[in-house]
Amino acid sequence: MARIVAGVGCSHVPAIGVAMDTHITDQPYWQPVFKGFEFSRKWMAEEKPDVVFLVYNDHCTAFDASVIPTFALGCAASFTPADEGWGPRPVPMVYNHQKMASHIAQSLILDEFDITIMNEMEVDHGLTVPLSVMYGDKTPEDDWGVKVIPLAVNVVQYPAPTGNRCYNLGKAIRRAVESYPEDLKVMIFGTGGMSHQLQYKRAGLINPEFDNMFLDKLTSDPVGLSKMPHVDYLREAGSEGVEMVMWHVMRGALDEDVVEVHRHYHVPASNTAVGHIILENKDYHDSRKTLAAE
Amino acid sequence: MQKDYEDIPGTFVFDADRSREGYHLNQFCISLRLQKNRDAFNADQETYLDKYPMTPEQRDAVLKRDWNRLLELGGNIYYTSKLAANDGINFQNLAGLMTGMGVEAYRDMMLAGGRSPEGNRYKSEWEDK
Repeated sequence: MARIVAGVGCSHVPAIGVAMDTHITDQPYWQPVFKGFEFSRKWMAEEKPDVVFLVYNDHCTAFDASVIPTFALGCAASFTPADEGWGPRPVPMVYNHQKMASHIAQSLILDEFDITIMNEMEVDHGLTVPLSVMYGDKTPEDDWGVKVIPLAVNVVQYPAPTGNRCYNLGKAIRRAVESYPEDLKVMIFGTGGMSHQLQYKRAGLINPEFDNMFLDKLTSDPVGLSKMPHVDYLREAGSEGVEMVMWHVMRGALDEDVVEVHRHYHVPASNTAVGHIILENKDYHDSRKTLAAE
Repeated sequence: MQKDYEDIPGTFVFDADRSREGYHLNQFCISLRLQKNRDAFNADQETYLDKYPMTPEQRDAVLKRDWNRLLELGGNIYYTSKLAANDGINFQNLAGLMTGMGVEAYRDMMLAGGRSPEGNRYKSEWEDK
């Protein structure tokens, strides 16, 4: 059967993509942002998941104001990186594990999560920036080296789904993955955040205490964390900080016991606090340690 | 519906009421995602805007690039940023303009760790300023 072994939390700031695409990651401004992903790229290269289930939000790219699905699952064969208003990112096409995606779609709906099925969809920086930071520089001719199942979550129009709903959706995704018969190694990414406000007179809000509390509780008290009301994100982490609800989907799909193997936190990238965490299921973590010792 | 987020200063929460008010404005903005539409808009802004039945105030704010007014009239930042991108203004510089700080002072604030939540959580904290 397929199984989820680890989760990745990761900001998806568009300027991070621009920095990679214009080859300025060595500049003093960007160097500390990318330093924190050196471990992650090695880890990805060693772990080589077959499939990444990538939870992100569309930033008014694939979805305009005419249709606003709360949860939209990518079931197309492939997803083209979109022109978001400044030209498409020069990164590879994103290929789905289409059979598994359609299995997950059915499983989720029968599990009473009424998701929207996307048989055509372009993807924006919300999806491609996390792949870039985790897999490194790629050109449009390259392959990401992994199949990607995208789940777009509405966080643009209030209200986003609650943290609790996201956490429970993560559990349903796990059930769906584990009922897929093929032996596949799956990772789940929760993206967005951390604290940031892009708009109006309070733009630039950054709250490191809140962000690190959030990162801590992903391991120590994920259920309690998932109960946090929207207004706390909006007030404490900025109006766009509410993107962090998507990390609960990732956390819900993991075991109760996880091991934090990596954390990176840096301010700023453009308007935003960059946060990144890697959580391995404890059983998986221990089994690898045993393997390494032998 | 009670709005427990209305007492956050300097912030618009893009809820159903704002979405309804800003619908045509936001649909105009997102149309600029595509190059052919950017070309048409930049060739003749007035004619292009005629396609979108927004209010005269919204139309005026678009033409004047009054970034804060656009938000006050139901615009959402992810949409209005497409208009800014068309003008060559990125997210950080747009924020610099919206805060009234200017681009350089805003960039310096971000490099120094950003705007602290202290004194910026409740509208009452801004009243004395």
